[in-house]
Amino acid sequence: MSYLVHRVHSAPSGLSKVLALNWALIVLIIAVAAIGILMLYSVAGGSFEPWAAAQAKRFAVGFVLMLIVGFIPLFFWRNIAGLVYTIALFLLIGVEFFGDTGMGAQRWIDLGFLRLQPSELMKIALVMVLAAYYDWIEQPKVSRPVWVLVPLLLIAVPMLLVLKQPDLGTALLLGLGGTTMMFLAGVSWLYFAAAGISLGGLITAVILSRGTTWQILKDYQYRRIDTFLDPASDPLGAGYHITQSKIALGSGGWDGRGFMQGTQSRLNFLPEKQTDFIFTTLAEELGFVGGVSLLLLYVLIVLFCVVSGFGNRDRFGALLTLGIATTFFLFFAVNMSMVMGMAPVVGVPLPLVSYGGTAMLVLLIGFGLVQSAHIHRPR
Amino acid sequence: MSLRNRENGKRDDRLTRRGLILFGGQAAFAGVLGLRLRYLQVNQADQFRLLAEENRINIQLLPPARGLIFDRNGVPIAENSQNYRVVIVREQAGDVKAVLDALSGIIPIGEQQRAALLQQITRHPAFVPVTIAEHLSWEQVAAVSANAPALPGIAAQVGLSRHYPLGRDFAHIAGYVGPVSDYDLSRIDDQDPLLQIPKFQIGKNGVEKKIERSLRGFSGTRRIEVNAVGRVMREIDRKEGHPGANVRLTVDQHLQNYLLARLDGTSASAAVMDIRNGELRAIGSAPGFDPNKFVRGISVADYSELTENPFRPLANKSVQGTYPPGSTFKMMVALAALKAGLITTDEKITCPGHYDLGDQRFHCWKRGGHGRIDLHNSLKQSCDVYYYELAQRVGIERISAMARQFGLGMRHDLPLNGIAAGLMPTKAWKNEVIGEPWRIGDTLNAAIGQGFVLASPIQLAIMAARLASGRAVVPKLLKSIDGVETSVAPAPPLDISQDALDAVRAGMFAVSNERGGTAYSKRIAAKEMRLAGKTGTSQVRRITKAERARGVIRNEDLPWERRDHALFVAYAPFDAPRFAVSVIIEHGGGGSRFAAPVARDILLEALYDGAPPPEAYPASQRTRIRNERHKLDLRSPPGDTT
Repeated sequence: MSYLVHRVHSAPSGLSKVLALNWALIVLIIAVAAIGILMLYSVAGGSFEPWAAAQAKRFAVGFVLMLIVGFIPLFFWRNIAGLVYTIALFLLIGVEFFGDTGMGAQRWIDLGFLRLQPSELMKIALVMVLAAYYDWIEQPKVSRPVWVLVPLLLIAVPMLLVLKQPDLGTALLLGLGGTTMMFLAGVSWLYFAAAGISLGGLITAVILSRGTTWQILKDYQYRRIDTFLDPASDPLGAGYHITQSKIALGSGGWDGRGFMQGTQSRLNFLPEKQTDFIFTTLAEELGFVGGVSLLLLYVLIVLFCVVSGFGNRDRFGALLTLGIATTFFLFFAVNMSMVMGMAPVVGVPLPLVSYGGTAMLVLLIGFGLVQSAHIHRPR
Repeated sequence: MSLRNRENGKRDDRLTRRGLILFGGQAAFAGVLGLRLRYLQVNQADQFRLLAEENRINIQLLPPARGLIFDRNGVPIAENSQNYRVVIVREQAGDVKAVLDALSGIIPIGEQQRAALLQQITRHPAFVPVTIAEHLSWEQVAAVSANAPALPGIAAQVGLSRHYPLGRDFAHIAGYVGPVSDYDLSRIDDQDPLLQIPKFQIGKNGVEKKIERSLRGFSGTRRIEVNAVGRVMREIDRKEGHPGANVRLTVDQHLQNYLLARLDGTSASAAVMDIRNGELRAIGSAPGFDPNKFVRGISVADYSELTENPFRPLANKSVQGTYPPGSTFKMMVALAALKAGLITTDEKITCPGHYDLGDQRFHCWKRGGHGRIDLHNSLKQSCDVYYYELAQRVGIERISAMARQFGLGMRHDLPLNGIAAGLMPTKAWKNEVIGEPWRIGDTLNAAIGQGFVLASPIQLAIMAARLASGRAVVPKLLKSIDGVETSVAPAPPLDISQDALDAVRAGMFAVSNERGGTAYSKRIAAKEMRLAGKTGTSQVRRITKAERARGVIRNEDLPWERRDHALFVAYAPFDAPRFAVSVIIEHGGGGSRFAAPVARDILLEALYDGAPPPEAYPASQRTRIRNERHKLDLRSPPGDTT
């Protein structure tokens, strides 16, 4: 087995790995997760049931998982990246056939003990496989058309599968995450220029296809775009989410109404208050100060990843770390834009805070990979 | 994909460069997010605070007062009575249990009820009033109010609830209201938000149901400000709705009351119609029931008592019940034959007491037969054989067609439930529904209103009205809605010659005014009020050959459900017809003996608009009738109540 012959120079081993962990990152992650659990406690009207307790358990499990993933040597992850991607891809195809339908979209495979969302798993798998790919090919080949086509396919196939579920938010995240990896790897600017132009074409096609037989998106997705552009047009219908969300946010003011004092979320004016829209509760109750603090914590998490990535002389480790940092960034950037009325409602959770199992586990596994890259970086 | 091992330590500068660009962009976007948050939460905070307040403004519906139902003279049939109830507000009561104990001295509260109440009180927020008892008497409410200091948190309130002051008399006509159910909502296509109010009362039966939309009215709204826990802080504004339309029926409550009192103790039905305009002056089905029980939520015991009663009090027999019309159908056969020219008024037919068709023998009610008999006497004495012969000549198709002209075999449009069409059979009908060919025997049975022929009491009253007027009078139950008279088109004349009508009318007149007529003893003595009518006795069982040989068993010796139905149709006064009446007493026995006196008494009550003078009756009957009238359970006239 090839990966067994890999030689590690001067990387810590045994218990010394604990000291080599990126502790700053761990503290930040715990802080954000704690805020999330507190908000779930508040949203439930001051009760650990039904969300906060479950979320805390999941975080505990995910946290342990993160440490385990972190302690496993990085070359192992590099060598199984292709396998992980293949499994995730098969699971994605699997939901097409065996998935449970939730909220009108096929997103889960019920494994009995866990409702697995392969699309979440794919977010990490895609970053892994692309990092491994660009680690593997010769540097000068990066911009050659054939070598650009391979990662494009690696991105496009899962993206289309997710789009078909349909899950616009995840597809967007996969596309942006994958493109970012290509950008980091040094693919020529010209490709990105070309992609930008064709994206413009695609958007035109999406708009023009509306109402025809080859309509690209589902009706509700079109309506969400409509209401994003003009939420006031239908304040009690499809625009309800955005309008109510902005009202809750805005009414928080500078320092908020106080923990557990939010009226908008408590009186059930807000939809999906424990999942995608939890930021509105936080911002209403803790105000601008609270909202910006969370934003700052997120930025710090990304920053510590970036610092770790830049300081890593292993190409796979660096790409992996930066890729996961970007994925994390996309999570909170899209979610916050959405609740603040800057983007259409696309169903992306607030990372580490929103109620939800798979997203939390997958993110923590991602941070486990970052830790692995950090611990096993060449010195 | 196979992965090659590679030495660590080779990294290009491009990664760092691009990374800086990318994360610079990300940092910038995070800054934009922060600015957006600041814009929403700091710059626009006031505006959004206001919008959040608006989220706390509730819109409440103000249910309109339901329209009232009156009789033709404005006596209330359905009204909104004050419903006194006692409520408790937990936050003002303090010790809820002690207060309930004190209250139970005035209003009895059962052990179970008390437990349920306590549960309800704790479940609601402290400021929400919880109803303890409803439909209280004025004395109870007064006692509660007088003891107010000892009963903290207890308040007497008054609401509106539907009340039917005339109770039984209008149970089938006015119907009743009840709380809207999921079943109702699934069946009616009505977007009215009022229907979403829990326990909102809607019409469930009769006029209340059929003109629900007019009676209900339109809701008003009021906007109230609630705080975060839902407590009402203040009323912001209010828009009044429209109360429901008041409705006036054509029915006269006194006549209706008399009719039901007269039918009391029987399973029967009667209808009185104004011949000139079709207005139904009374339409009753006995026994009745108290609709007020349904409004308050009828108990299981009361309900099963109603459903298990063999007299079927819940059924509105006047329009829902269909019966073989018996001899009252003979006018239709006679008119069909006259119109077809298959008989003249002079032609005589011999009645030997039976009529043979092949090996089948059809009997006349009179065993010895009527001898040679003409149209006039065939009606007067109700000879069956005469009509067997007539029916044989004209055939069922023409008989049924004639009957339909007189309103039989069709559904009449009235605001009542389950109106039956009855049945005027044809050959095609029997082929299709029963799957057998029509036989001549069927025609003979139909000739005397037996067999397949079925009619409801309202249809027979319409038939009598049309016979009297020669016009297609249409029944009418709603006199006015919201003060607007419901219009009636003048009734078109029937397609029948005056001579034929006159001949049949004369026969009907003879029934009750010529010696030997089947209802002569039940005549009206007052000359200007004399009635024309026709008796009917319809069999509900088959009389076997053996029984006929032994002698037909008398009705009195049969169990109730096997006795004959007693029928009578009539109109009066003969010279200037005003009212038509039909009476059916289920399993009552002979029509002349049991139905005819009821019909006469009801007609007289209608003609004299109250108790008729003794001179209206034959001299020999006056004392008995006066005594019987005193025994009737009549309601004292409105205004007389003490």
